[in-house]
Amino acid sequence: MQVQYISAFSVILEVLSRFWPVWIALIIVMGTSFAYKKRLALYGQLFDSGVGIVGVGICLFWLFTAIFASTISPFDPLAQIPVMKDMLPGAVEPQSGLVYLFGGDKLARDVFSRMVYGSQIVLIIAPAATGFALMVGITLGLPAGYYGGKIDTVLSFLANLVLAFPVILLFYLLVTPGIMDTPIPYAMAGVFFLFPIIFFSVLFWTRYKNRPDRLYILLGITLIVGGWIYLGLVFDKDPLHIVHIDPNQLNIFVAVVFASSPGVFRIVRGLVMDIKTRDYVAAAQTRGESPWYIMLWEILPNARGPLIVDACLRIGYTTILLGTLGYFGLGLAPESPDWGTAIKDASRLLRSFIHPALPPTIALMSFVLGLNLLADSLREQSMKD
Amino acid sequence: MLSFIIRRLGTMALTMLCLTMVVFFLINLEPNLKKLAISQTEMHTSAEQLESWLANHGYRQNFFVRYGQWLGVMPKQPVTDPATGKPAQRFSFCNDPVVPTFSGVLEGDFGCSTKFKTTVASKLFPALGATGILMFWVLVVMVPISLLIGILAGMREGSRTDRVLSVASIASTATPEYVSGVIFTVIFASWLGWLNGSAASASQGITFYNFTLPVMTLAIYGIGYIARMTRASMVEVMTQQYIRTARLKGLSFGSVVVKHALRNALIAPFTVIMLQFPWLLTGVVIVEVMFRYQGFGYTLVEAAGNNDIDLLLGCSLVSVFIVLITQLISDVGYAFLNPRIRVQ
Repeated sequence: MQVQYISAFSVILEVLSRFWPVWIALIIVMGTSFAYKKRLALYGQLFDSGVGIVGVGICLFWLFTAIFASTISPFDPLAQIPVMKDMLPGAVEPQSGLVYLFGGDKLARDVFSRMVYGSQIVLIIAPAATGFALMVGITLGLPAGYYGGKIDTVLSFLANLVLAFPVILLFYLLVTPGIMDTPIPYAMAGVFFLFPIIFFSVLFWTRYKNRPDRLYILLGITLIVGGWIYLGLVFDKDPLHIVHIDPNQLNIFVAVVFASSPGVFRIVRGLVMDIKTRDYVAAAQTRGESPWYIMLWEILPNARGPLIVDACLRIGYTTILLGTLGYFGLGLAPESPDWGTAIKDASRLLRSFIHPALPPTIALMSFVLGLNLLADSLREQSMKD
Repeated sequence: MLSFIIRRLGTMALTMLCLTMVVFFLINLEPNLKKLAISQTEMHTSAEQLESWLANHGYRQNFFVRYGQWLGVMPKQPVTDPATGKPAQRFSFCNDPVVPTFSGVLEGDFGCSTKFKTTVASKLFPALGATGILMFWVLVVMVPISLLIGILAGMREGSRTDRVLSVASIASTATPEYVSGVIFTVIFASWLGWLNGSAASASQGITFYNFTLPVMTLAIYGIGYIARMTRASMVEVMTQQYIRTARLKGLSFGSVVVKHALRNALIAPFTVIMLQFPWLLTGVVIVEVMFRYQGFGYTLVEAAGNNDIDLLLGCSLVSVFIVLITQLISDVGYAFLNPRIRVQ
């Protein structure tokens, strides 16, 4: 069967028009943000610099791509259409008349659809893992920096222990098919996922200790929602079957959180050691506030600037880590459309075909670049104040 | 200062002990031992045969005994040959002892590689040498370029040069090795045909043709990071009083930068370059696998993929040692370069 091709120019046009829901959403969000930027505090200030606009734009682009993935991509990312094996970009699939915009890979899947669906995996795991790492790092970093002494020595030693592991070795040890037969990933998940619940419970407890009407509502919500997600993620026993995670995704998730929380810990610890010498902390101590109130409600809000910047950079770094995992074929399923796995598959065949390699590499690079630009302009804006 | 270094070395030894113990534990998990036994015996062996292979080769001894044997504080026992009942070598290809001996890492015996059928030392150290050559060229390329970019950008903060170079260095930190490796191979090997997309021939002899792509790929990720740190340090130095004084004295801008600013601005990047080694280690693994260069990273991947216990332990020991020793050098060197820092 002869396969038709469309020209390079129409490939570009078709790609642009495929992303129509993204463009509409981008215009709406960017437009409203720009119009109300005066009222949007730090986020609004991002729109004062070109770097900031580009950073926000790229991040939102991939966010909306992940949300509208099923509308954008013409094919199923796992579907194989044998005629289209190794087809060059712009080949028309004879049955449906739709175009393999970026060509087909060695298993005859649509490279474009795989790139679009790959964004979903990255945009779910990377920010979520960063969020958990932040919770773990903050909950441990606050007491280490505030109390110092023995707690600090022990926790810092543990953090340095993890940091001394080369990331790649850690992944080779923690993300293997064999380890899923042992209780290790579940035990680690059990420990890590406990931190957000502890964090929010202590947060509300210290603030509303003397106002039981508010306290019980907030604590109740935290424990019910937290416990529900906890059951679903760690034991896969969510009674309503909404919260669910694959065992190998859980394994990756835990490994990534484990690798990046010591970094957060070190930053939080350093910030706390600096901030605890300020006068308002001394004032709170004189008022007789409890140590955890001071840490969570006096110190933490004043450390948010550097933490937000670090979180942006860290999501980018986590994306790179996920790509590394995919590149070495660790954890994720071999047919998974994520960018790292796609790069691995394509890079083996670079001598014969280069077109399957470029879309995932450029996607990964642009997303991390967007996050780094965002972090850079956030840092610049917060330094102005 | 001396007591500081001694204390740090003590912490380092403790850290290495803990880490090797963790690695030892994780490699010796039951599924991994099963995998090893399956790969080391013939096809279609029954569960009992696998079990007896493991027991025969000493994998069923107590965890701490085995860790002690690897470390060299417990004597290594020879195995009993099931046919004759006499003590025999554990692995014949490594010249393992037939009498109980203390032979572990502390005695300089790194053990036996089950994948390559040789001693770990004879596999690991040539690989380290090969990676050393790669690292040397990466540093030769990376350090001058990144310092130059950082200084040019930080010299006049906010100028157009600064903006362009800053965005370029952000872009380079957003490009992990597996991305830049693919892009460079596509451009320089597939399209232009100038360079070789594989460095497999580099073990015979390094040429510009086969070694440029790995070096470039490894250097690009680090360049952006070091350049940004240099820029930040340079910007800070340029706002100092003594720079203003030097300018007001009537010195030219160029000589102020070279004579007054540069030396103070290069202290911070030194630390960053030293701390870059652990990052390079991950990069080395990716690049050596991607370009098929038989170095340390390639060995690590082979060891991990085949569950080669002693070789993987050797690799972890080396990499953890590199990470810790560079941290120590960076701390000591920082205090040495910057007299304002006093080590308590």
